[in-house]
Amino acid sequence: MHYVKRLLYLCSKPMIEVDHLTKYFGPVPAVLDVSFRVEKGEIVGFLGPNGAGKTTTIRMLNGFFPPTSGSACIDGLDVFDRSLDIRKRLGYLPEHVPLYKEMRTEAYLGFVAEVKGVPARQRQSEVDRVIDQCGLQSVRKKFLGNLSKGFQQRVGIAQAILNDPDVLILDEPTIGLDPKQIIEIRELIKSFAGYKTVILSSHILPEVSMICQRVVIINEGRIVAEDTPERLTGKDKRKVALEVKGPEAEVLARLRTVPGVVAASAEARPTDHAGRYVVEMGQGEDVRDAIAQSIVAAGWSLLEIHTLRPSLEDVFIRLVTEEQGRG
Amino acid sequence: MRSFYAILKRELYVYFSSPIAYVVVTIFLLLSGWFFYSAFAYFSMISVQATRMPGAGGINVTEMVLHPTFGNMSVIMLLMMPLLTMRLFAEEKKAGTLELMLSYPVRETELLFGKFTACMVIFLIMLALTWLYPFLLWLYAEPDIGPVVTGYLGLFLMGTAFIALGLMVSSVTENQIVAAAISFGAILMFWLIGWAETFAGPSLGKVLSHISLLEHFESFSKGVIDTRDIIYYVNFNILFLFMTMRSLESKRWRG
Repeated sequence: MHYVKRLLYLCSKPMIEVDHLTKYFGPVPAVLDVSFRVEKGEIVGFLGPNGAGKTTTIRMLNGFFPPTSGSACIDGLDVFDRSLDIRKRLGYLPEHVPLYKEMRTEAYLGFVAEVKGVPARQRQSEVDRVIDQCGLQSVRKKFLGNLSKGFQQRVGIAQAILNDPDVLILDEPTIGLDPKQIIEIRELIKSFAGYKTVILSSHILPEVSMICQRVVIINEGRIVAEDTPERLTGKDKRKVALEVKGPEAEVLARLRTVPGVVAASAEARPTDHAGRYVVEMGQGEDVRDAIAQSIVAAGWSLLEIHTLRPSLEDVFIRLVTEEQGRG
Repeated sequence: MRSFYAILKRELYVYFSSPIAYVVVTIFLLLSGWFFYSAFAYFSMISVQATRMPGAGGINVTEMVLHPTFGNMSVIMLLMMPLLTMRLFAEEKKAGTLELMLSYPVRETELLFGKFTACMVIFLIMLALTWLYPFLLWLYAEPDIGPVVTGYLGLFLMGTAFIALGLMVSSVTENQIVAAAISFGAILMFWLIGWAETFAGPSLGKVLSHISLLEHFESFSKGVIDTRDIIYYVNFNILFLFMTMRSLESKRWRG
């Protein structure tokens, strides 16, 4: 029964439809002709550098201010005309997690539950549920202003998922957290997959590729790419970093002879004998094997070899230059 | 309605969990108590003198003690109320909590009246604690009950007008000091605008004195309930609450 319900849920119309959304602040466009769709139960990453228009788009989605033109619908309802109905089904975490610093965690979540319209009898169990889910048991009675950044962020997520909203909009949910907390928050968000529609904004590519099924990349108010994380990063030339003990010039020359290697360059020497090299591979080729064998065959020691993941900057530079090339 | 109660409860919690309410109420009581004491002490001195002077009648406890006390309380309110209202929206705008609040299924009216009512509760507590002055008066003299009741009614109506204006000013700025300064200035202006009556010409002078907050309070403190005065304060409240609503909604159409 559970699976049938989930299947029906997944097969219906898209949850979020953004149609030619444009927002001007005075003469300056913050968001320009942005269109995308998010299916039910999907986790979509909204990726872009700071000031790209992520927060502006998100604020239009939750009805904070209206678009200059275009429209946004959540579950078929216009976010502006049916703002109150939409807000009942929406969980939102703003960028800097604004919390009432003078309130205690549990009292604050109780207040949010009441404002969100959780019936009085279910309020305590609903607050307990999100406290458990976000790991807030130890700070129940503490003032929000005295909590660490990580706990404040978790309280922010807890208030967003109160009253079990269908749609979650999270603006930079892992910013300012330590690595352990980041992993916990990621796991929490991942667990929503298939049950909640999530839009997650971020400027960190690996993070988005770890959580999201699809990524929308936005720059200067426009969408520059929309794809799965694998395909977005896969399009970039892959690079391999090496650390080899051997004479630099000879190592470089030998690396360049390996079939499939497009370019090789030396980087700073970490020790007297070992040097660091970066090798660029051709499209769709994996020559790590060949590189390793050829180094060993020459009698040098291979200390380290690993693939370099393209960063957001790499993907970005490629996308933006592609776009400019087209225009 | 549920959100209204939640917001009201939270605002009251903030007032009482911080020193704001305690400090404002204490200072108000301290000052109004001092003014009451001075008026009462002066009255008793005059009445002792009057007993020695046969034929010196016309000494009235209502006029000599209650009337100035209510007048002075309204002046202290003018100074203290902006301090109660300044944080209501400005603080939330600055901290960004207003954005989060407006992402909840809350109507602007619920938010506005939640905050308005919370401030009103603090004000009523403040006013209620001054019961001691008329009570002491009643122990030692024979004041008329009527002017006491109308005086409090006047103070209450004027206080709501201050709150409505303060709320409106707080909703247009992010800075609490700016909110307090503007509310104080605006209230004082509404207070003193009646002074222009004497030199502004007959028709304009009448209009200006009708706009004055003080003009409409005078009759209450003398024991007169004039429907014109009640309507004035009700209108004042409606106007400023309406403007606050507009200001809250303005984010929806402003670029």
